[in-house]
Amino acid sequence: MSLAIMNDLFTNIDWSEISDASVDTMFMLGFSVLFSTLIGIPVGLILFLTGKDNLLENKYIHNILSFIINVLRSIPFIILLIMMIPLTSMLLGTSLGAKGTIPPLVMGAFPFFARLVENALKEIDRGILSMAESCGATTWQIIWHILLPEVLPAIIASITVTAIALVSYTAMAGAVGGGGLGDLAIRYGYQRFQTDVMLVTVVLMIILVQAIQMLGDFIVKIMRKK
Amino acid sequence: MIKVSNLFKSYKVKKKQHSVLDDISFEVGAGQVYGIIGRSGAGKSTLIKCLNLLEVPDSGSIMIDGVDITKISAKELRKERQQIGVIFQHFNLLSSKTIFENIALPLVLQSNYSKEEIKEQVNKMLQLVGLQDFANKYPASLSGGQKQRVGIARALITKPKLLLSDEATSALDPQTTASILELLLEINQKLGITIVLITHELEVVRKICDKVAVIDSGKIIEEGDSAAILLHPKEALTRKLVIEEGFELYLENVKDFYSFEKSSERHIILLSFIGENTYQPVLSNISKATDCHFSILRGELDRIKNTPFGQLLIEFQGSESALATAKNILKEMNVHYEIIY
Repeated sequence: MSLAIMNDLFTNIDWSEISDASVDTMFMLGFSVLFSTLIGIPVGLILFLTGKDNLLENKYIHNILSFIINVLRSIPFIILLIMMIPLTSMLLGTSLGAKGTIPPLVMGAFPFFARLVENALKEIDRGILSMAESCGATTWQIIWHILLPEVLPAIIASITVTAIALVSYTAMAGAVGGGGLGDLAIRYGYQRFQTDVMLVTVVLMIILVQAIQMLGDFIVKIMRKK
Repeated sequence: MIKVSNLFKSYKVKKKQHSVLDDISFEVGAGQVYGIIGRSGAGKSTLIKCLNLLEVPDSGSIMIDGVDITKISAKELRKERQQIGVIFQHFNLLSSKTIFENIALPLVLQSNYSKEEIKEQVNKMLQLVGLQDFANKYPASLSGGQKQRVGIARALITKPKLLLSDEATSALDPQTTASILELLLEINQKLGITIVLITHELEVVRKICDKVAVIDSGKIIEEGDSAAILLHPKEALTRKLVIEEGFELYLENVKDFYSFEKSSERHIILLSFIGENTYQPVLSNISKATDCHFSILRGELDRIKNTPFGQLLIEFQGSESALATAKNILKEMNVHYEIIY
């Protein structure tokens, strides 16, 4: 009976399409979070290490990198999506489909994530760095044995924030031919006035965001319990 | 073991040079506990950071066991630093690592020890600092004193020949301070490690330092055996630093009190005895030799590290010649005296 009511209420819904769209969204989200993290951590580290009074202090590298990140963060994501089309085609052979959205998603998210990593690193007590230097640690050892373990809970929290920002970016990416839940919401919900489709996709995205936040908080809590 | 010569260091602040270390020279013998005491901003923190080159001096040399660490390569400096343990005011433990892992860190960084060797060494250290039951806990669950014990264990794990202590007890309460000082003394005696420490706490010098240097505005203004410096400071600044305020006030009060009955036959004298002569019957010797009288106003007996000392504040009643004889006897018996009034 409940199914009958559901079908009455949501007449326009094609559940298999919804599930395909969900898979697309998860695909876009998963890979963009992965690559943003892989690029963002080293970039954040370089930003931190080349900063003033730091281990590899270098004004030029720091300022140039910082400038590039600021530029990328200033471009509205919808514009970045279009600007990235040639580069994406070059990289992947296509700029379409869920796969095609990953380069622009990463380009939009990693600068933000790198800044979060840099800020987390800045929070580490400077005394810990002098301790490491006093032990005769090399810069690599300091990164590997001290900076990364100390900053890991903050990195997990930053990944959570970035992933949630990426959920709404995937919706935008869907609009320019990427697929996924956002695409569904725009094509059916907005363009064809099928409010029920929009409602379902929005609810799914809310659940997704909640799940990411809860998972992130949970991991951070376990790590900080120590 | 350490010979610091003509160390200079200055900072540029708003295009003005500020001298932080101004011609610092001193020597520390092997196995000694050497204290550097001074007010905040005196330059002592910069000085101790120079000793493992965390701060690079502008000029001067720092010889550690015959090696001038200001002149060696970065690689050699890393090796040298592994021979120098450091403990910090704020402990600087890694919150993401267990106590065991924190202590093991310097060995892990040297990367030529097997897991078994590390385990054995760390367990030994945990035993030494009395934290056997804390190996798998994290720093957040420890008290300040326990954290400093971890800091000390970490500093000692590489079997260093030199331990630098950067205000190690300044963040601790008096009781914990006492227990940490005891531990440092034990380490110094058991393992024969040379310790150089900076502090602004007199208590630290009194308890564990063999020698002390008083630093002010980047200069060493007085240096010598702790007992001598603490009991008979020569410089006014040292005096201010090492004589407890309460005692100075007390002396002022006594002076005021006696100024009402001025007489050339009455004097207030502060006697201090160091070492063996602490046990000598000085006063009765004097009164036997002259016909003067004493009354004792105040007295104390204590130790500065291993040196016993006594201080007596006495009222002396007698003629000029009796005073002269008394002075001679005091000089002969090596008792330091100061005529307060």
